[in-house]
Amino acid sequence: MTVQLFLQQLINGLGLGSLYGLIAIGYTMVYGILRLINFAHGDVMMMSTYFAFFGISMFSLPWWLAALVAMLLTALLGIAIDQGAYRPLRRAPRISALITAIGVSFFLENASLVVFGSRPRAFHRPAIFEPVWEIGSISVLSLTVYTIFITLALLVLVYIIVYRTRMGMAMRAVSRDMHTVPLMGIDLNRVIAFTFGMGSALAAVGGILWAMKYPQIEPLMGIIPGLKAFVAAVLGGIGNVFGAVLGGFILGITEIMLVAFWPELSGYRDAFAFLLLILVLLFRPTGIMGEELPE
Amino acid sequence: MKKSLWLSLAGTLVAGIVALGIGCALAAEPVKIGVYYPMTGPSAVYGQIGYKGLQLAQKDRPEVLGRKVELFLTDNKSDKVESANAVSRLIQKNKVDAIIGGLTSSNTLSGAPVAEKAKVPMISPWATNPVVTQNKQYIFRACFIDPFQGFVGAKFARENLKAKNAAVLIDITQDYCVGIANFFMKNFEKMGGKVVAKLHYNTGDLDFTAQLTSIKGKNPDVIYCPGYFKELALIARQAREAGIKAPILSGDAAQADELIKIGGKAVEGLSFTTHFDEMGVTTEAGKKFVKAFRSAYPDITPDSVSALSYDTYNILLDAMERAGSTDKDKVRAELEKTANFEGVTGVMTMKNHDMVKPAVILTVKDGKFKWLATVRP
Repeated sequence: MTVQLFLQQLINGLGLGSLYGLIAIGYTMVYGILRLINFAHGDVMMMSTYFAFFGISMFSLPWWLAALVAMLLTALLGIAIDQGAYRPLRRAPRISALITAIGVSFFLENASLVVFGSRPRAFHRPAIFEPVWEIGSISVLSLTVYTIFITLALLVLVYIIVYRTRMGMAMRAVSRDMHTVPLMGIDLNRVIAFTFGMGSALAAVGGILWAMKYPQIEPLMGIIPGLKAFVAAVLGGIGNVFGAVLGGFILGITEIMLVAFWPELSGYRDAFAFLLLILVLLFRPTGIMGEELPE
Repeated sequence: MKKSLWLSLAGTLVAGIVALGIGCALAAEPVKIGVYYPMTGPSAVYGQIGYKGLQLAQKDRPEVLGRKVELFLTDNKSDKVESANAVSRLIQKNKVDAIIGGLTSSNTLSGAPVAEKAKVPMISPWATNPVVTQNKQYIFRACFIDPFQGFVGAKFARENLKAKNAAVLIDITQDYCVGIANFFMKNFEKMGGKVVAKLHYNTGDLDFTAQLTSIKGKNPDVIYCPGYFKELALIARQAREAGIKAPILSGDAAQADELIKIGGKAVEGLSFTTHFDEMGVTTEAGKKFVKAFRSAYPDITPDSVSALSYDTYNILLDAMERAGSTDKDKVRAELEKTANFEGVTGVMTMKNHDMVKPAVILTVKDGKFKWLATVRP
């Protein structure tokens, strides 16, 4: 394993980790405010890729416009899921909302199988992301590098929204004590809707970048990335957006390094993510950056 | 005397009506053929186009032994457990006379024991792993087997691609891939080549950069990757992105329009062994099939799975005609004796429940599949 090879795999790992991180932010924000693991989030990411796909292929939009429209539609989808499936269960036991989330996930997957068909479709990778940069003996896809920077830029944006705006303050307040917040004159459902919208829009960015990197989309594509993003969110400390991205990076890098150093274990790459989840829950359930939140 | 005359007349009439009734019921009773194809899941592409081939065959030949043929389609969801369940359901609930399926070797290996135990003849159109028919009485296939396909691939790599070293990339979750890769490696080394790398991936994997980086380091003359088109398209793209220039050689699972749609420029020059190509037809039946398929489905290229499905339908019906009934043991015996059957995919003879027939080699050129050669056994 030469230094150059190591660097190449590191960049690949960061690229993959960025994608996990973008999706993990949505998981972590929704958990933070609702204590709900939104299992439908991975499928929301899948829907975003189809929105973008149809924007490009059916409406002939330029890729960046299709991406923006897809982000908007995905945000609306996230809000709709909250309003339709989770809001009626605000005062119900948490397990009910959890089961509903799984139900929404199955619904999105199977509805997509019927509406979009199970054949994978080729996703268009814009010309700007096509070039492969050769640095020495390392070949890096430009898309990977752009992905890392886009993720970091969005992380800064999320930080600004959560820690420097009133809506962000409201979100943090809801995550501390959901039922006292309305007493302070804050519209609880609006804050929650905003959180879902924001998380889903970020998942849309992750989904579209994912579809550009692995340019085929199909209705079940969101399951594994969704689960891994969940692991990333737990690893980094669920409830903490920085933790989500950090967890994503760690998961992405270790997954790529595992297969790079031990190619015979490549069959276990998915299993490894879940092994990591078990270890985190056993030894540090609050994750790397997690805080002990009062129950 | 009058009374007995009336009685005998009445008796004859009743007997006649009953006989007519039985005759009508028998004649009206359709021949039931069960089909278990992957209509959803990773192999859905093959199931969907294969079923189109079957439907075309049914349209061209809707009856056998004076009875209508009914196809009972079950979706095995590209899953092994579902395959076994599907075959059980077809036998117990639908009471089929024979079964066509599965398509992938893994799913056929799962469904075959169920049919074997129930003594129902089953023909797979496309499963090439030799284990599928080994030691089985009721299981057959309409295609060649992988010892032959691996040999053809190795010969092409050594003689046409002039490859001295090969890197092999295997999908270890698919029996077909593991089997054919082993046959390729054995033959390649027997022909004087050297396998410099042997790496794995799983069905559904999206990221192959780690394996490809390792392959790049070994500098092979050819990469043998007999995987299913979905992963193959991504492997080809990522190989080119990693700067690997070596040609990629594959097997019959590469043949799908999506390979080119998703693979794009990266799959130019990718070659593979398979069963059928519309440009390389060797029989009249083949020419007719291509025409019929094109007119029924103008936007789809007739491929191996649809052609083999078409042939399987006719092989089965021919056996029933020769047996004179749908009795499962008689049909089984006739299937074993299939000889010089002129199908869409060539002239073939059943040997040990496998078909001996030629293979074709295709390559991707200018965004389309191009026929390179036909190799006879």
